[in-house]
Amino acid sequence: MAACSIEDVLAKAEQDEAEKLKSITVQKELDIEFDIGNLVAYDKNRIDIRQFREQKKDDFLRSLARDNTQLLINEIWKHPTERVEEVIVVKLPEPTTALPREKPPPKPRPPTKWEEFAKLKGIQKKKKTNLVWDDVAKNELHRLRNIARAQKIKVPGVGLTPTAQQSTTDLSRAVNVAKVSTASAGKFQDRLPKEKAPRNTGKKRKFQPVIGNFSSEKQRQLDLLKVMDSKKPRLDVNKAVNKQMREDDREESAAKFRKGGKKGRKGGNFSGKGKGKGGGGKGRAGGKGQGPPGGKKGAGKR
Amino acid sequence: LPWAKPKTKRAKRFLDNRAPKLTENVKNAMIMKGGNTSMTVTQALKDIYALKKPSAVLYKKKNITRPFEDSTSLEFFSKKTDSSLFLFGSHNKKRPNNLIFGRLFDFHVLDMIELGIEKYNSLSDIKSSKCPEGTKPMLVFAGDAFDHENEHKCLKSLLTDFFRGPVVPSVRLAGLEHVLHFTALEGKIYMRSYRSLLKKSGCRTPRIELEEIGPSFDFILRRTHLASDDLYKTAHKQPKALKPKKKKNISHDTFGTKFGRLHMQKQDLAKLQTRKMKGLRKRRGPAAAAVVAGETSLKTTEVE
Repeated sequence: MAACSIEDVLAKAEQDEAEKLKSITVQKELDIEFDIGNLVAYDKNRIDIRQFREQKKDDFLRSLARDNTQLLINEIWKHPTERVEEVIVVKLPEPTTALPREKPPPKPRPPTKWEEFAKLKGIQKKKKTNLVWDDVAKNELHRLRNIARAQKIKVPGVGLTPTAQQSTTDLSRAVNVAKVSTASAGKFQDRLPKEKAPRNTGKKRKFQPVIGNFSSEKQRQLDLLKVMDSKKPRLDVNKAVNKQMREDDREESAAKFRKGGKKGRKGGNFSGKGKGKGGGGKGRAGGKGQGPPGGKKGAGKR
Repeated sequence: LPWAKPKTKRAKRFLDNRAPKLTENVKNAMIMKGGNTSMTVTQALKDIYALKKPSAVLYKKKNITRPFEDSTSLEFFSKKTDSSLFLFGSHNKKRPNNLIFGRLFDFHVLDMIELGIEKYNSLSDIKSSKCPEGTKPMLVFAGDAFDHENEHKCLKSLLTDFFRGPVVPSVRLAGLEHVLHFTALEGKIYMRSYRSLLKKSGCRTPRIELEEIGPSFDFILRRTHLASDDLYKTAHKQPKALKPKKKKNISHDTFGTKFGRLHMQKQDLAKLQTRKMKGLRKRRGPAAAAVVAGETSLKTTEVE
């Protein structure tokens, strides 16, 4: 009894499966070939000409198309799918039909001047490692900042952070910071025999005390007034002329280079030289001549 | 076309896009009219342009050339618009409602096939909702002619190239709407365009129902101009960089089984380390010989 019912159950299950698949199965003599990468199906079965003539052409073609499309869709659905932004997408394989290219494959480019030079010198390309922010140093800095904020004092210089590679500047800065971090702010710290005094330390601006030497203050104020009053410009003529000459030279060399680059080297050199000398002379004379009048004008305006 | 070196980055990018590349762009098609065209031909060209948009250009003016005799004008146009496919429509008494499908390799004609339209229903004739522009169509080729006859094989390759659209790594399942069906029967080629409706079936794979939308053509195969085998070979050559890299010492069977190879150094079988059996060690003296004899028999039985 039990055996019969099992058989019945199995048979029923098979029937159900068949019913389900009936809607999507298609019977074909020859299996059709697919190229899913291109979404193409090749049906090589012979077409029954009689059937084609009996039926209406379009209906026959339509049913044939429906069968073939069903097989193609079945094949596509066998491939893996994934969900991309709320849309189900099927991953297609590479196309298998060989189709001609539209242009021939690219030729290898000739090496550039730098590439040739590098090859000649044996220079290899070195990849620069991206500088990554050191987490420990960051922690240290933030800790000190918090302390400073809590106690309302300035952040002291962080001497040495535990990183792998220390550069000389980092080490020297660390040494200087350490030296200053004594009770008397490094005033009585001895220096090593050959050690140089640290540069760029100390106060960045110096101010005179409010109540200091009265006579020196008076002298300074009077000098300032005298300078403002004088008709002569506070212009060091020599220095100004030299500066102008330097600028002119620079301009000429830039112009020469540009001209030489564009036209060619032959004529450019001569013209550049001649022009440079003439121009320089003119400029100098002009500068000297202009100096005092320009200064006078400026003083008048003020 | 010899032109000066690009002066702006934008121009350089434009030219690099058109230069030969490892993985190529979608093939552009130029659709043009010949010296004389009929209503059928003009409407057919417009419909095919609609199918091939946006990678197609439709020329409005007539071009008085004959592709089968002189292809210089075609080559010039292809260089201008960077197109490697063309569709040339014309009409005359000898060849009414003529369409020439063709493709170019390196801006020279590779092959072209002339099809005559015997019956035509345009997009506007068939009243139904159309597929959106740019949908990648599914192509089906039916009929054994596409497998046996040389010209049909070439036509199959040409039509695939023409209509397949961009090559994509994945496709939205719901977007598989457009089907182009080509049937080769008795020297004629029937082209039908359907919209596929995915209906519920009992299982995961849907059931297909088709609804005719697009243009339908009954073509008859006329002249063909195929390239020489050498030219086909050159055109099909893929650059080596595109080939998938082979892993050494791994091979696949016809059944799909994966095989690997191990390379071992030469082993001295006499010094092979097997299980140690103290009793089987060599002993000295005549007494040993008897013992050994007895023990070798033991050994053999163990092996068995």
